[in-house]
Amino acid sequence: MNLLQASASPHERTPLRTGHIMGLVLLALLPAAVHGCFSFGLQAMFVLLATTGSAVLFECAARLIFRRPQTILDGSAAVTGLLVGLNLPPTIPVWQAVIGSFAAIVVVKQMFGGLGQNFANPAIVGRIVLMISFPSAMTAWTGAGTDAVSSATPLVSGNAEYWDLFLGNTAGCIGESCAAALLLGGIFLCIWRVITPVIPLSYLGSFALFTWLSGNDPLYQVLSGGLMLGSIFMATDYVTSPITPFGKLIFGIGCGGLTFLLRQFSGYPEGVSFAILLMNLLTPYIDRFTRIKPFGAVTGEKEASNE
Amino acid sequence: MKRLHGIQLPQRKHAEARKIETIPLPKLVRIPMLMHLGTPCTPIVTVGEQVCVGQKIGAPADQNAVPIHASVSGTVRAITEFTNVNGSKVPCVEIESDGLQTLYPGCKAPVLETREQFVQAVRESGCVGLGGAGFPTFRKLNEPQKISMLIVNGAECEPYLTGDSRQIIENSGDILGGIHLVMQFLNIKECKIGIESTRPAALKQLAYAVAAEENITVCPLPPVYPQGAEKVLIYHTSARIVPEDKMPADLGILVMNISTLAFLYQYSRTGIPLVERVVTVDGNAVKKPCNLRVPIGTPQHDLLKYADCNFDKVKKLLSGGPMMGITLYSDELPVLKQQNGLLALTRVSHSEPTACIRCGRCMNACPMRLMPMELSRAYHKKDAEMLRTLRLSLCMNCGCCTYVCPAKRPLAEENQLAKQFLKEVES
Ligand code: SF4
Ligand code: SF4
Repeated sequence: MNLLQASASPHERTPLRTGHIMGLVLLALLPAAVHGCFSFGLQAMFVLLATTGSAVLFECAARLIFRRPQTILDGSAAVTGLLVGLNLPPTIPVWQAVIGSFAAIVVVKQMFGGLGQNFANPAIVGRIVLMISFPSAMTAWTGAGTDAVSSATPLVSGNAEYWDLFLGNTAGCIGESCAAALLLGGIFLCIWRVITPVIPLSYLGSFALFTWLSGNDPLYQVLSGGLMLGSIFMATDYVTSPITPFGKLIFGIGCGGLTFLLRQFSGYPEGVSFAILLMNLLTPYIDRFTRIKPFGAVTGEKEASNE
Repeated sequence: MKRLHGIQLPQRKHAEARKIETIPLPKLVRIPMLMHLGTPCTPIVTVGEQVCVGQKIGAPADQNAVPIHASVSGTVRAITEFTNVNGSKVPCVEIESDGLQTLYPGCKAPVLETREQFVQAVRESGCVGLGGAGFPTFRKLNEPQKISMLIVNGAECEPYLTGDSRQIIENSGDILGGIHLVMQFLNIKECKIGIESTRPAALKQLAYAVAAEENITVCPLPPVYPQGAEKVLIYHTSARIVPEDKMPADLGILVMNISTLAFLYQYSRTGIPLVERVVTVDGNAVKKPCNLRVPIGTPQHDLLKYADCNFDKVKKLLSGGPMMGITLYSDELPVLKQQNGLLALTRVSHSEPTACIRCGRCMNACPMRLMPMELSRAYHKKDAEMLRTLRLSLCMNCGCCTYVCPAKRPLAEENQLAKQFLKEVES
């Protein structure tokens, strides 16, 4: 018995893999996706299938072209694709939706080196690209229910009931209308330790606080628009949010503040995407200033630390 | 008190209920001249010479090394070369056993009256830390700083390993004797014994043994890996933090392994130096997990055979536990003084690393509160300054980060490479 396998310690690993984590995120998105399909009908389902499927295909093709190892099995492309779809109105032409996936996967993710290298959340950029390219399609809303009547989103109309907002009986993007489904997914992710609640809570909390201080209805604002979807699923993206708990807190508060400012003062009624995008860009700096202090480290040097 | 991070590991202490057994005497032992941290010894026997158990066969080359003794009686068959884990070559004395185990007449209980005598005796015993690192014990006892607290390491946090547990259950008297010796000669007033709370038999035995002792307390610890790491143990038993530029002795703390203490006491009574040790043999290729008392230099093969190992299935052999153990390339290799376990595994779990998703799991697992993903990035960028800022030097290679990483990145290994890199940059 000679020349047995040699390797560096440790010789044991946890069974948990990247693919499992992405699978859990997909599961957590399921309630919102199912709700979207039921309340907006087949059209919504086509959009979700198109963005998810095309995201996986784009990922596969991009890896082939860039001659990198295949990564579709890690599930990250499917998560991005589904998030793009959930962020679109149900009536959007399918080809436009696919462009969103293209922007997310090929331009933002793979051109910067693939999973873990992108500086901004791919799904957010996908949505922003579509918002700028096809402004009318991106704001053609239909109410919930089978008889598609065009209507304004509650964020614009400002006259929906809390209960309808919570259960999602309103117009809006496929995945953003039902706060209950999104919360369910968020709690699921926290229980499975996929995310910590720091970002969603600080995001929603700070946003509600600013809204209340400005004399608006915080609950209405929190429940409407893409805030729930954004704070639970987009702002918590590992790659583009800070790593340390303190960094996450700053990030969440920054997102909350920016969303409030954009909703109050910008031309777009919806500020979530731009707020998260801006904070994504700040993430490397937040990370640098919120490094944790190692155990027994002797400071007195210049670097900042917390805890 | 806030606990340090760590990880929950499957315990797999299959051998915990099995008494320490003695295996049939090996026909041939191979004793390398380096089994401690430091410089190798020089062989002082010649081929063909008759040796007895406990006879010195390797003399220290400098004042930091400890001597090496024959573990069997018999004839020196050859003096060959032995390749260390780090690739360096040292002489190796091969002794053919005559099966008699004749004790060397010079082995007499040492005269212990002063600290100097005690330290000298411990050195002559060839004792090194039996927990795995192989630091010469006498050097710890010889620190110039005033020691005020003895912390006994009874935490056996690696999966599978049960040797220390068995020592507690079977030899708690010897352990206590060792504690008394150290406390007496170093004039230490306080002693704490750290042990995982999940080992009721050992815990009960210890509590019973120290019941009448005023200065010795048992501290039950949560079963988190790496509870037995020196800095972690010190923090969890005494709430003291060892700063990066200091040694435990600077805080007046001395940490000793529980089996080492038991040996010191036995040595003080018999004068038989360190010629045997307890090794836990386990792993999924082994049908009969057990704790074996074996002469130093016994081929691993003998241990595996005794434990009913399925040799055809073995893919990996480990000296030590699965977290910090080192791979053995052959079952011919001898048991060294530092080896606390022998694991024969049938599966080689190897997975290609994928991209870091910045999930932060490695950071949340690191007991030293380092940021392994950032260290890894700095290492790949060859950024020496950043490696220092991130306190690479604090990494103790415990492997928690690698264990938890869902992207299967070899973070702990990279830290070791990064340390190598820093050394090269600095020189
Ligand atoms: S655990 Fe692995 S994937 Fe997660 S941050 Fe650390 S290195 Fe990256
Ligand atoms: S190996 Fe080093 S970096 Fe990794 S968890 Fe252990 S101490 Fe931390």
